Amino acid sequence: MSWAGPEDIYLSTSLASYLDRKILVLLRDGRKLMGTLRSFDQFANAVLEGACERVIVDEKYCDIPLGLYVIRGENVVLIGEMDTEREELPPHMIRVSETEIKRAQKVESEASELRGTMRKRMEFLDFD
Amino acid sequence: MLFFSYFKDLVGQEVTVELKNDLEIRGTLHSVDQYLNIKLENTHVVDQDKFPHMLSVRNCFIRGSVVRYVQLPPDGVDVDLLHDAARREARGG
Repeated sequence: MSWAGPEDIYLSTSLASYLDRKILVLLRDGRKLMGTLRSFDQFANAVLEGACERVIVDEKYCDIPLGLYVIRGENVVLIGEMDTEREELPPHMIRVSETEIKRAQKVESEASELRGTMRKRMEFLDFD
Repeated sequence: MLFFSYFKDLVGQEVTVELKNDLEIRGTLHSVDQYLNIKLENTHVVDQDKFPHMLSVRNCFIRGSVVRYVQLPPDGVDVDLLHDAARREARGG
């Protein structure tokens, strides 16, 4: 990521065009953070003000406030500029409380873990 | 350097970037840099229902390290030119 001069903003991959805008950051661990981009560098490290984590489980979602975040660039998958004139989420999604979404997350991770171990058990039994 | 130059020539074309987390994003190639970081404009996610959080995102920056594939239109590639460039790079590199 090169440092852009004022005219380069239109052509380069610099994050300068996203400064002070609302952005969505996808992290390698699957988390989705939203907030205002205040700073960045050549490694895609970023400072996010008013950050919150949007947790989505099936049709339920919840925004958990986090405050001021410094994100290390190696964890960043994607930084998207959120268009404030568009709907952020499909209309059928339901906003729930933090406790409820955490409960739904736990159910989902237990279900996928069980699927994982059953597969492992089957692989173990496959002697061919 | 070869692919950086190659992608610079592709700026303005519609591409689909497939990421290592299986997310596929279609958009217009806006810019690329030496790390092959990609900036896309007018983006939309290929499987929108599976990734609802991306609905309002129309421009994005993709870190080069997370890209698995960049899918191009078949007529967007001059294979012979690329072939020559690769041969030159191999000889000189």
